[in-house]
Amino acid sequence: MSQDISIEGDLVTRVEGHGEVLVNATNGELEECEWQVVESPRFFESMVVGRSWDETHHIVSRICAICSATHTMTALKAIEDGLNIDVSRQDRKLRKLVLAGETIQSHVLHLGYLALPDLAGKKSVIPMADTHEEEVKTVIRLHELGNDMLRTFEGRASHGQRTIPGGFTQIPDESELKEIETALENSWDDVEAVVDLILSLAEQLPDFTRETEFISLTHPDEYALYDGVPYSSDTGELDLDNYEDIVNEHVVEQSTAKFTKHNRKSYMVGALARVNNNYDQLSPKAKEVAESFGLEPVCHQPFMNNVAQLVETAHLIENSLDLIDELLEAGLEEQSDYHKPDVDVTAGRGIGATEAPRGILFHDYTFDEDGIAERGNCVIPTNQNHANIQHDMEKMVPTMIDQPQDQIQHTLEMLVRAYDPCISCSTHYLDIEFVENENEGE
Amino acid sequence: MSAKPKVAFFDFAGCEGDQLEIINLEDRLLDLVEVVDIVSFREAMSEHSDDYEIAFVEGSITTQHDLERLEKVRSNADILIAIGACATIAGVNAIRNDQDFEKVKERVYGEDAELFDDPDAELFEAFEKAYPAQAFVDVEYQVPGCPIDGDEFIQMITLLLEGGDPSLPNHAVCVDCKIEENTCTFERGETCLGPITRGGGCDATCVTQGARCWGCRGMVDNPDDDVYEEVLQEYDVTTEQLVNEFTLYWSWERNPEYPAEPPEVQQ
Ligand code: SF4
Ligand code: SF4
Repeated sequence: MSQDISIEGDLVTRVEGHGEVLVNATNGELEECEWQVVESPRFFESMVVGRSWDETHHIVSRICAICSATHTMTALKAIEDGLNIDVSRQDRKLRKLVLAGETIQSHVLHLGYLALPDLAGKKSVIPMADTHEEEVKTVIRLHELGNDMLRTFEGRASHGQRTIPGGFTQIPDESELKEIETALENSWDDVEAVVDLILSLAEQLPDFTRETEFISLTHPDEYALYDGVPYSSDTGELDLDNYEDIVNEHVVEQSTAKFTKHNRKSYMVGALARVNNNYDQLSPKAKEVAESFGLEPVCHQPFMNNVAQLVETAHLIENSLDLIDELLEAGLEEQSDYHKPDVDVTAGRGIGATEAPRGILFHDYTFDEDGIAERGNCVIPTNQNHANIQHDMEKMVPTMIDQPQDQIQHTLEMLVRAYDPCISCSTHYLDIEFVENENEGE
Repeated sequence: MSAKPKVAFFDFAGCEGDQLEIINLEDRLLDLVEVVDIVSFREAMSEHSDDYEIAFVEGSITTQHDLERLEKVRSNADILIAIGACATIAGVNAIRNDQDFEKVKERVYGEDAELFDDPDAELFEAFEKAYPAQAFVDVEYQVPGCPIDGDEFIQMITLLLEGGDPSLPNHAVCVDCKIEENTCTFERGETCLGPITRGGGCDATCVTQGARCWGCRGMVDNPDDDVYEEVLQEYDVTTEQLVNEFTLYWSWERNPEYPAEPPEVQQ
């Protein structure tokens, strides 16, 4: 059987930002298959230039709301590296809790609001409020837990204001820590309910495998999100100072976004990359979740990224409980409500890397002796996944070429959504060639 | 307006933080869909319809394509509401309005910046400046902030559905600071945009959280008259100083442009 297919210009919804999938086949032969990214450039790397070191993180947090705390944190790590600013042990722990909160809210948002409707055959989460009332309430409670952590540690659910170079303007008190501790402890039933729900729908996840390279942070003592060094599943530890040689941003003729590649033609970042690279450091409950889905390293199925997000949600809850325990046991060091670290401004270049919910994120700034930024560069996880999405599509489409067009489209959209792309993040866009539809055989 | 008005959300150049704040209403979003019929919300739904009465617009207008889309939304909607700093005052996007656009492109794209001059590179088009929705079309109401405040959003919708007038308060953030019993940022030896920033919806949250007001809700209606004078007198600052310094959000507002013709596109 052969048919002509043309899917063009359909905006993939339920992903952050604007993506388009283009497939063009004549008589069952695939001619074009493109993952396109369409968004107006926002020029962040220019916006920071000429402005002060203590504004950089505020500006770049507006690259993306869902991962605003990670952008903030990565910028802070780069600023602190460039200006030699120390961060206390306590503040590092509090920052890890910020990241945990953001990652939980982002993963649950993706799983519950964006991926679950796919699996349940619904167009969105809103009609599910009638058909799956309990499940939707569970998802909302977990999402709120992540946001409550952000409110407690960062002051606001998105674009938090407390994290500044050198630490925090304000920190929670012990009773607030205990409240979050209780909320985390009480969340296990909800996590289990979501695990059961996704397990019951897991057969809807397309069975597709393509071998690829996974890049994430790694750390000898912990499942790396905040601290750590870059690591490749192909080549081992990598040098952060030469991150440009890790990402190798390059122009691909048929794409709008700059693609990246490292050891192969593409690599993957995000929850699945982290789980693959750092599986042994997952918490016990996270491993249980992984086992219940048969997820073990190295897993080359991109759709399992959804499962990896669930695994990480369990890990982050357990890990946050440990961090809070440690903070309470050591006793919180008090600080004033309008705290501002003393910083000696010097010229310098700093590079920071952090694991955003969607994968490894690099920020790089150069400041002059007055602390005014001269140059900025951000390499965003979504961009690092574009090439991998493209190559997955190229392998996947020929295997389904006989299926009805809307089925192909649906599966490809699910693939894109599995990567949880946050396209509003993508700061670099390049040439696009609009391919004419040829549909002659019709 | 119909008993259960159809509403739609649209995003332009922005971080989608305002839509996220609406999702962050959690349970209250379910209450909201009891009283309005959401027909388009790309961040959370696959469905889309052009039949709506109220349109919420997030993000700035930065390309010809954005402008055409905005005009279409305007002609479909009875009521257009701009949400968030990017849509109301061009927000952080307008930082580049004060920069040389040739340098802006070069800093981000390096050698590939020349794609903006390549007519085949269709996506590489951008206005030299970022604009808020009000620069091009009539906007009935605004919800300010970066991001918007969920409570303020709910209040505005409730008022609108009840037939009230959800216009913005016009007092400075300083008033909110007093209510929150914050120590004044000036007293701490820093500069703060609170005295001329529109308050009444954020509870001065940035100051409350230990930072300073960055001006994300935009200026009060008339910065020369509506200023919170007590603070200016006590700390010897002028409105002009505040308007011109530390402005992350005010590049468009300081010098508002309402182009009668679409701005020249760099492509
Ligand atoms: S106003 Fe702020 S929160 Fe809203 S889109 Fe713009 S940057 Fe994001
Ligand atoms: S305090 Fe100022 S910067 Fe902060 S939310 Fe309010 S208006 Fe915006």
